[in-house]
Amino acid sequence: MKLLKLLSVLALGTAIALPSTAMAAEKIKIGVSYPTPTHAWAAGMNWHAEQAEIRLEALYPDIDLILVNSSNPSDQASAIEDLVSVNKIDALVILPIESEPLTQPVANVKKSGVLITVVDRGLSRTGIEDIYVAGNNPELGIISAKYMMSRLSSGDNIVILRGIPTTIDNERFDAFMAEIEGSGINVLDQKHANWNRDDGFEVMQDFLSRFPDIDAVWAQDDDIAIGVVAALKQAGRDGDGMFVVGGAGMKETIKGIIDGNTLVPIDVLYPPSMIATAMDVTVAAFKSNGPVAGRYILGATLITQENAASFYFPDSPF
Amino acid sequence: MVEDNVNVAESRAVHKWLRKFDLKTMGPAIALIILCIIGYSLNTAFLSDGNITNLLTRSAFIGIIAVGATFVITAGGIDLSVGSMAAVISGLMIMIMNNALETFGTGITTVLIGCGCSIILGVGAGWVNGFLTTKGKIEAFIVTLGTMGIYRSLVTYFADGGTLSLDFDLRDTYGPIYYGSFLGLPIPVWVFIAVSILGWILLNRTLFGRYCTAIGSNESVAKYSAINVDRIKTYTYIIQGLCVAMATIIYVPRLGSASASTGVLWELEAIAAVIIGGTVLKGGYGRIVGTILGALILTTIGNILNFTDLISNYLNGTMQGLIIIVAVWLQRADWKKGSNK
Repeated sequence: MKLLKLLSVLALGTAIALPSTAMAAEKIKIGVSYPTPTHAWAAGMNWHAEQAEIRLEALYPDIDLILVNSSNPSDQASAIEDLVSVNKIDALVILPIESEPLTQPVANVKKSGVLITVVDRGLSRTGIEDIYVAGNNPELGIISAKYMMSRLSSGDNIVILRGIPTTIDNERFDAFMAEIEGSGINVLDQKHANWNRDDGFEVMQDFLSRFPDIDAVWAQDDDIAIGVVAALKQAGRDGDGMFVVGGAGMKETIKGIIDGNTLVPIDVLYPPSMIATAMDVTVAAFKSNGPVAGRYILGATLITQENAASFYFPDSPF
Repeated sequence: MVEDNVNVAESRAVHKWLRKFDLKTMGPAIALIILCIIGYSLNTAFLSDGNITNLLTRSAFIGIIAVGATFVITAGGIDLSVGSMAAVISGLMIMIMNNALETFGTGITTVLIGCGCSIILGVGAGWVNGFLTTKGKIEAFIVTLGTMGIYRSLVTYFADGGTLSLDFDLRDTYGPIYYGSFLGLPIPVWVFIAVSILGWILLNRTLFGRYCTAIGSNESVAKYSAINVDRIKTYTYIIQGLCVAMATIIYVPRLGSASASTGVLWELEAIAAVIIGGTVLKGGYGRIVGTILGALILTTIGNILNFTDLISNYLNGTMQGLIIIVAVWLQRADWKKGSNK
């Protein structure tokens, strides 16, 4: 009789699978939503998010990170609704594909009591997010300008290749222009190369045909810089102290800096790994005994041969 | 007396025909010359040797693809998948060559293997489009819209969202295909010329070309005239695929990489080049020479916009759109109608 009772209790226990659900309920669930990796930078971000998930879940068994990527703003809005209703998340880490359309959906998630961490692209209304983690676009422009000024003197000529016409591009460009003002460095012209190698190549070819005297190039981005370097080599104008300044921190570029490439001697960091930083901070909000809410603006570090090794991730796609 | 009259009438007719014909065929050429004059007046470096070779080399990609598109469009079809196809073939070529490297070394063999695979893939992809349109009885627009999406996402998948890069040692072997030149002209320009001549002969001097025109004009009549419509149409897509493969072979050595952003909007540029050149979008009339001029016009517009800072960067698209519309308007608008009446 006793045995039977024991058996039936055991059977009941396994039948409703109590242990697993009970454990899951105790887990802290964190949703991580970001754009589908369709370009190299985003692919790097995806890789770093996956690495952070493995690392944090191993470190804290009671943390469950759920990574979701979406290809457009309305998909992303649905994805975060699902994270709330299906996964019952306690915190949301989100890199909004576009600020405007995602502001209301994120505000709704916030209303249900979820901790919000916004990454990189801010929402269009303030006060929604608890934690904000972002790269520093104006600083990227300023650091690049400072490096240019350290290498060039008054009367030297540079050309600028810009990204896709967006706020990000404008912030970088405006800060760069403000910084070099008064230095006597001439900006011959600036054109959009859309953060793209092919466009970088063609725009640079045309700059080279147009301007016989160029001393340096601000390409703003590592992909554009690759096109620029190919155009310089084709025209045989890669010597005479010519240099190209990119940005972001692509692994091939960092490798070149480690190896002492003189044409692309430095890089300015705008790291795709910021998603990992955001995940760390969000987990810390549940685990740390100190306060974590606030704004985390990552430095646009100047990567030189000395410090390059610490920014080199050979396994990342970016 | 009577003979004289006939001669006069004949010469008048010939004259009229010439005048009418002139603007239609010369439209693209005139547009290109006007663009060159504008370019030169903005900056004399526009006509420098370096810039002209840059322009011609750059036109080669879109130009070669557009020669293929001329056949597809003349036969009443459309192919939206060419840009994505170029991207996925570039990606696969790079992967194949990087793998063949271990067995065959960094020599010419590996490059030839890559090029061979590119052609096989191009022909295969073209055949799939052709087969689905003809035997599958699906509209070409839908078939190629589908394959466009498939190829684009495949290249993203192969590249893991990032960029596929050709081994650096191989670039030294393969590089001359893009950067090398022969008799003063870059290799891509020679390829462009060869593809254009072959395309011209095929469209204007062979039975196949005439069948394409016939099918594009009226598919039912062509069918009743004992033309194997399905086969001819499939061939046009295969030619398109082959052209994409040729363009890819000269594209890959340029930067040695392929990513999801490779070849974006090439399909629309190719179609625009074909239409600017005087080919009719609904089929039945095709001009290879016009297509080549169309491709040159498109590249020249981009080049000129890079040569001036008169126009805000944000308005580049506007300028391109306006010039395309004006170029087509120049040859389509019935300028001679008034004088004929």
